[in-house]
Amino acid sequence: MAAIELTGLSTVYPNGVRAVDDLDLSIDDGEFFALLGPSGCGKTTLLRTIAGLERSSSGTISLGGGDVTRTDVGKRGVAMVFQDYALFPHMTVAQNIAYPLRVRRASKQAQQDAASTTSAGLGLAELLERRPAQLSGGQQQRVALARAIAMEAQVLLLDEPLSNLDARLRLEARTFLKRLQRELGLTTVFVTHDQAEALALADRIAVMADGRIRQLGTPKDVFQRPADTFVANFIGSTPMNLLTGTAHDGFVEVAGARLASPDLSLADGTKVVAGIRPEYLAPAAEGITGTVSIVENLGVTSLVTLECPGDVLVGLTVPEHEEPRVGTAMTAAPAPGRLLVYDAETTRLL
Amino acid sequence: MSAATNRTRDTSGLGVARAVAFVSPALLLIGLFLVFPALWTIYIGLTNYTLTGPASVAPAFVGLENFLGALDDALFGNALWLTLVFVLGSAVLGQNLLGFGLAWVLRSAKPVVRRVVEALVLLAWILPSVVVAYLWTAVLDRDGGTLNALLGNESTAWLVEYPMASLIVFNTWRGTAFSMMLYSSALAAVPPSQLETARTVGASGWQTVRDIVFPHIRGHVLTNTLLISLWTANDFTPFLLTAGGPNHESETLPVFIYQQAITNGELGYSAAISFLLLIVNLVVALLYLLLLRRRS
Repeated sequence: MAAIELTGLSTVYPNGVRAVDDLDLSIDDGEFFALLGPSGCGKTTLLRTIAGLERSSSGTISLGGGDVTRTDVGKRGVAMVFQDYALFPHMTVAQNIAYPLRVRRASKQAQQDAASTTSAGLGLAELLERRPAQLSGGQQQRVALARAIAMEAQVLLLDEPLSNLDARLRLEARTFLKRLQRELGLTTVFVTHDQAEALALADRIAVMADGRIRQLGTPKDVFQRPADTFVANFIGSTPMNLLTGTAHDGFVEVAGARLASPDLSLADGTKVVAGIRPEYLAPAAEGITGTVSIVENLGVTSLVTLECPGDVLVGLTVPEHEEPRVGTAMTAAPAPGRLLVYDAETTRLL
Repeated sequence: MSAATNRTRDTSGLGVARAVAFVSPALLLIGLFLVFPALWTIYIGLTNYTLTGPASVAPAFVGLENFLGALDDALFGNALWLTLVFVLGSAVLGQNLLGFGLAWVLRSAKPVVRRVVEALVLLAWILPSVVVAYLWTAVLDRDGGTLNALLGNESTAWLVEYPMASLIVFNTWRGTAFSMMLYSSALAAVPPSQLETARTVGASGWQTVRDIVFPHIRGHVLTNTLLISLWTANDFTPFLLTAGGPNHESETLPVFIYQQAITNGELGYSAAISFLLLIVNLVVALLYLLLLRRRS
């Protein structure tokens, strides 16, 4: 078990693409850490660079206080679970799990012990003699995890751990993964493009774009106070409303409405972007007024899209049974303290 | 097969008559130049047919005499042994290992390097035998040969002093391209994540090949070994380099058959040996197929 420390880390591909760009990051011992971002943001490259599968171009990586920047993959003490699990099809479950020990030429007995101990903790004890092809997706994932655990590595890296599972299994696996990580207390870094997965699992999240970290924080921080409009747009199962407007007398004027703004002492006429999550907008007497154009049923709530003056679309969620009729007028206001104001030029949170 | 079953098998809707018309030229040529000579060889293997003399005009049926004679012929035993050495040395070991080694190393090489090496290896394979045999004679010649010039050595007649070793090196060079290409495509089918998992657990290159790569490509290894073994066993190019000499030291079976038939004029005897070579080939092929079936 070990903390991970990255300083000034860059990974540049031969074609000149800076997949990881001058990145500083510390991950605490025992932390469950998510690298989140859209495809091509560099999150997988960063994970692979930590593992040693990609060579960093500059900067340093240290694990548990020791510099491993130039250490070979196999000597870093890093276990990795790949998106496709990478189980060896010709080996049984037991042989797969014990493979790290076989590589180190551990005794047959030690290999068997490792396989049975690790598999018992992951509910695989009955499956030891099977081949990977005879297992379900969830079981395959657990075998891959068991093999990684059997390595007794300092750090566990997971590449899109849930994306190869179907929707129902994914939720189960998510809960399982979180409990497993708590029990092992193993420093774990995982990569995902699914913000819900990151919010649900991680102690802290790094939201990445273009090889850099846009925001680093707890799931709460990242969800409630996205640091810029990119993060605001990316986090949340329904996209955040980002409305351009201007600041006036402690108010922001957007979509034909004046909304109470947090105290930022902005100069009158400053161009801003107001960010409000649909979940934090509720029907009100005063506020943003528009025509109901679309109602989408989300189960417990419905997402209502309002067409506001100036062709601005605003989304809000309403509880079930309170859906407005399409074509009627509706007014909504943000819950107190939930309006975020971004600088229109820098896109940063003010 | 009855006409009714023919019609039900006529899935392309071409009509049986037309289909037969399309394949008949090919069948005719195969029959004329492959099937007939093969059967004819078996037949004359049972006669005392010769190139000249009375038996060339009126060969007599001698039964299994040629075959029994071969078993007593030390030169036949010698040829059989040399063929075995040639196949093991240049195909099973030489081409197989070098081909796999190249494919494995070139995987991670720069694209330019890979293309250049592949082109060179392929060149050795596609050049006509007569051309490469001449080139290798020029390389291995005692007086002014390229190898001796490079070594600063004027006394070694490689093809005379080390005929089998020369042939094995030559044939390894000549045939590696096929193994290299076959293994290249086989290796491309090994999932990269499995290789990377092996790297993260600290497996050495050899452990990775043995534990991860080989089980994936075992079928390819058997198929490749079968093909290159048969090609090498039947290869006649050694004749162009050493003509079986000196003193039968490099006389593999195809060369022995040629010498018996053309030099000695013993057509019946050489046909019988050809048939024996065919049997050896069949046995080798069956062995591989059995292995292949058992593994899968």
